[in-house]
Amino acid sequence: MDIHEYQSKEILADYGIPILAGGLAYSPEQAVYRALEMGGDTWVVKAQIHSGARGKAGGIKVCKTEEEVSKATEALLGAKLITNQTGPQGKICHRVYVEAGCNIAREIYLAFVLDRAKESVTVVASAEGGMEIEELATTKPESIIKTAVEPAVGMQPFQAREIAFGLGLDKAQVNQAVTTLLGCYRAMRDLDAAMVEINPLVVTKEGNIIAVDAKMGFDDNALFRHHNIAELRDKSQEDAREMRAADRGLSYVGLDGNIGCIINGAGLAMATMDMIMHAGGEPANFLDIGGGASPERTTKAFSLVLSDDKVECILVNIFAGINRCDWIAEGVVQAIQKINIKVPLVVRLSGTNVAAGRKILNDSGLSIIMADTLKEAADKAVAAWKQAADK
Amino acid sequence: MAIHLHENTKVLVQGFTGQIGSFHAADMIKYGTNIVGGVTPGKGGARHLDRPVFNTMKEAVTATGANASIIFVPPPFAADSIMEAADAGIRYCVAITDGIPAQDMIRVKRYMRRYRAADKMLLTGPNCAGSISPGKCMVGIMPGHIYIPGNVGIVGRSGTLGYEAASQMQEVGIGVSSSIGIGGDPINGSSFRDHLEAFEQDDETKAVVIIGEIGGPQEVDAAIWAKDNMSKPLIAYVAGLTAPKGRRMGHAGAIISAVGESAAEKVEILQECNVNIVPNPSAFAAVVQEVLANVN
Repeated sequence: MDIHEYQSKEILADYGIPILAGGLAYSPEQAVYRALEMGGDTWVVKAQIHSGARGKAGGIKVCKTEEEVSKATEALLGAKLITNQTGPQGKICHRVYVEAGCNIAREIYLAFVLDRAKESVTVVASAEGGMEIEELATTKPESIIKTAVEPAVGMQPFQAREIAFGLGLDKAQVNQAVTTLLGCYRAMRDLDAAMVEINPLVVTKEGNIIAVDAKMGFDDNALFRHHNIAELRDKSQEDAREMRAADRGLSYVGLDGNIGCIINGAGLAMATMDMIMHAGGEPANFLDIGGGASPERTTKAFSLVLSDDKVECILVNIFAGINRCDWIAEGVVQAIQKINIKVPLVVRLSGTNVAAGRKILNDSGLSIIMADTLKEAADKAVAAWKQAADK
Repeated sequence: MAIHLHENTKVLVQGFTGQIGSFHAADMIKYGTNIVGGVTPGKGGARHLDRPVFNTMKEAVTATGANASIIFVPPPFAADSIMEAADAGIRYCVAITDGIPAQDMIRVKRYMRRYRAADKMLLTGPNCAGSISPGKCMVGIMPGHIYIPGNVGIVGRSGTLGYEAASQMQEVGIGVSSSIGIGGDPINGSSFRDHLEAFEQDDETKAVVIIGEIGGPQEVDAAIWAKDNMSKPLIAYVAGLTAPKGRRMGHAGAIISAVGESAAEKVEILQECNVNIVPNPSAFAAVVQEVLANVN
């Protein structure tokens, strides 16, 4: 789960990370009030959306006057911002963060990530801040410093010092940087964060270290023990269909194709999508219906897949282990009877009670295209889709 | 021989008396697995499925001589149960639980480093379908009947896709020595490589199929190791060619978040390591058959 920049900063400030004065605003008037409240002569109005690279999308505006703050806020609120991380559909900005300006001398990249190879938290830092890490990895890989944290004892001050000196910081700034590094690690560990990114971490002309941007992501599996974090969820930033799926215990990812998929198991779902592509079609979604799929859940899966207008054919592929084919078949029949399915439907059942499952589908009198194997299922789905879409 | 699980393996069920634990314990007993009892804290002394229930793993291991366990404990408590199994002297542990926090798994892995290699528990999962040595011992939630005894080893991150592969092989009469699920989480108890090492040592296994997917470095690590250290042919399928970058595809670990983690990139590196690639998920049996023909 991702949260907004202002929320991340609030959390990190509690862990001793220096941030600039700032305030949240839902209207231009409020934004101006925030600016006047904090004083100074430069403010930055920042769109709060769940994405990095907001600057390039026009989501960060530097303002010198109250009027500029007001105008910038008015332009951003309700605007759809498209960055390289949001996908073409973009994300709508519903709130802005008004922050004091600062005199930037240099920018540093800093991130704490879950390192799957090392099975630990790894710190990634670079003296070349401001760029995205993918860009850094390709253009300046030699600038990247990586340090793995031993989970038993946590991050040690010497590791933080090594990183700080490695970034070429003056000795006056090293202590500040150490506080920041150790604070970020503690936040990550205490709150079960999956990622903490400060980009840029700034050294000001006055010699202070400040987190000018901050991004945190959290492990969904650990939210049960962090209710205060779970409350920060901003549903307006998440895909409506994927959220509805999650609420129903289904795992769904929307894609660009036309063949809707209902499958049990994440691996089999990915493989079925690959098979559809191999057969010359394109999947409209990833959907894992999970183990023990009841008729209710199957019906919900159908209505979810069909809520995507692009879907012109549905492929159901179930390999029943914990599931039973006869339950799934009953679910399919009930779903068809409940929802008016206008697109062709291909069903492939395999595993526990497969004969009973096929019989239920055959006896239902509904127009269901049956398939025995994965290949046959994909071929038939692509053929049915082409015919239905008249391609 | 098969690997890890044999006729004489004695298995404990952690989370024995719960609904899911009971259901699958009964299924494993039916398959012929030697389930010697289970643990549910607070229910020690009772009997369940005609087997003893214990309060702690230590008591259970002392009383039964068990050397393997399977975990059905809910996510908040599962990491604790894994460490309890390791500490009680269990040698092979299957964690079925889906949804364990990643940092809990980091702590589990760190905890396990305290054991010498000879005393170390081998953990598979979490978030897996379990392991099976067909006809001998099933420690998992898979439909046992789709596996016939034979000479091909399987290691995979996905449950149902593993079933698909095994049943395609069964159709053409190819049997399995052991099939190991390593799970779909970002931090696994054991990796492809750990099990390839065991399969390489196993006389019964003639070839090994690895079933990978997007995300993480595991498939590539295994292939690079196998290139220099494995005499038996390796066959691989990597799921998720159509998966977009940065999106989590069901499994907590199935997400492309770095260079080299997409299916296409993995396949390319695997090919360079002389791994036989299954080009699409309907071709498991055909590729395995072809490889086996060259072995014999």
